[in-house]
Amino acid sequence: MLEVDKLQLKLNGKPIINDFSLHVDKGEIHGILGENGTGKTTIANLIMGTNNYQPTAGRMTFEGQDITKLSVSERAQRGITLAWQEPARVEGLTVRDYLSLSSHNGQADQIEQYLLTVGLEPAQYMDRDIDATLSGGERKRIELASVLAMRPKLAILDEPDSGIDIVAMPRLLNGIIEMNKQGSSVLLITHSERVTGIAHRVSILCAGTIIRTGPAAESSQWFQKNCLTCPHINEPTQ
Amino acid sequence: MIDAYEKAGGDKRVLETKDVAKLVVHENKVLASDDIKGLKIETKESKSGVSVKLTVEEGAKIAHPVHLCFGLLPKEGKQEIMMKVEAKDNSDVSVIAHCIFPNAVKVIHKMDADIEIGAGARFEYKETHYHGESGGIEVIPKAKVSVAKGGVWQSTFALSQGVVGRLDYDSEVVCLEKAVAELTVKAYGKGTDDIKIVEKIYLNGAGARGMAKSRVVLGDKARAEVRGETYGNAPYARGHVDCMELVNGTEAVAIAIPIVSVTNDKAKVTHEAAIGSIDRKQVETLMARGLDEDKAVDVIVRGILK
Repeated sequence: MLEVDKLQLKLNGKPIINDFSLHVDKGEIHGILGENGTGKTTIANLIMGTNNYQPTAGRMTFEGQDITKLSVSERAQRGITLAWQEPARVEGLTVRDYLSLSSHNGQADQIEQYLLTVGLEPAQYMDRDIDATLSGGERKRIELASVLAMRPKLAILDEPDSGIDIVAMPRLLNGIIEMNKQGSSVLLITHSERVTGIAHRVSILCAGTIIRTGPAAESSQWFQKNCLTCPHINEPTQ
Repeated sequence: MIDAYEKAGGDKRVLETKDVAKLVVHENKVLASDDIKGLKIETKESKSGVSVKLTVEEGAKIAHPVHLCFGLLPKEGKQEIMMKVEAKDNSDVSVIAHCIFPNAVKVIHKMDADIEIGAGARFEYKETHYHGESGGIEVIPKAKVSVAKGGVWQSTFALSQGVVGRLDYDSEVVCLEKAVAELTVKAYGKGTDDIKIVEKIYLNGAGARGMAKSRVVLGDKARAEVRGETYGNAPYARGHVDCMELVNGTEAVAIAIPIVSVTNDKAKVTHEAAIGSIDRKQVETLMARGLDEDKAVDVIVRGILK
């Protein structure tokens, strides 16, 4: 479904992403596991086309079509979306409005169901603004609900667990599994092995490149053994 | 007039309802005026407009919002509204005003309001403008408001439909002990619109509270100057100035002048002013859900001005 081939990004002459290659299959939850500073959020932005990031080399295809130079909207209209690590807050935009436009005017009861899936009570949230009155965790869960409402072909989730408390975490993971069940492939970008535990395959990211891909349990073990103890910050060990 | 009223967001059924107080003024003619128990509307036509006296009796709790409609349908003309409001002690009322000038090419709409809010009274005033696309209009609303002990004055002025033209908004509120003033102005300037907003709150009584809030979005060559002033002159007075101006055009100009002043060591007044372009991350958030860029910007602007 998504093919990323030898993507490179340099910022101010400094290489950030190096020969990054990845493929995500249709129906797959694919985890990208990496420590802080390895380029996880940059990868999310490159695939979505956000933050003005344009690769200096390499290409990306989605369902066989080159998307490397498409705008954010054009990628979204082809079925790709992104849930940010720190989602934006928009004054005057209610949760109801946000989920409705994400679902392209879906039914109200469906929209409410998406909130319930991520553990938020519709009666308490639908008419609230997506502004600073929401906590970070609430905003993250609303972001996930909006992705559920969109029913994308591919959802890129950047650190979906950050800011989520221990009580809400199972709801969040359930939401991601539900998203996958309703037909979305998921690219799950995180530093947490607990989160990648729900993935079919997990790739390890180091210094802007994938150094290993395998089943979730194997990748997690490898990550613990090699990355957590690695003295070389952001330098591949193999 | 009724069609224009509906375009401005009004509900014409309200104008036909008996238990709702209302006033409809076209140019200098009073087309409709209805009192209800506890609330009296007196009018006097003049050559260039109408004088209005709105009185809410002591202790009266008005169940339904009062509807005011001021408009001028010809392309040219002048409308001056002299408004005297007296909300007596412990009264409670909400007023919804629509000002409609759909065909204005050369129109002046002036409103001078003298408003007294009694002790323990609450008065909410929401004014929404609907202008056409010609932009040949000057809107000059001025208000002087006094709020007695424990009274509440809440006003919202919105001009986001059609072309603003020239807006010269000036509101000054004096709050006595434990009185509250909340002022909000929202405007969407386009073309060569010229917007000037002055909000002043004097917190002269102990424990008085005030908020001067403004939200302005500017496109094309529009220009806005927003002055939010709050003066903490009494112990435990609390005030805040909150100004946001978004510029969505390379030739638009936004100026914010927050003034906060404290003359009592137990008073506290704060301010925040943000001027800049529309947040790129907000736009991309909506684009990532499939909206094109123009639509995403429109959703954000509408949210700010809602």
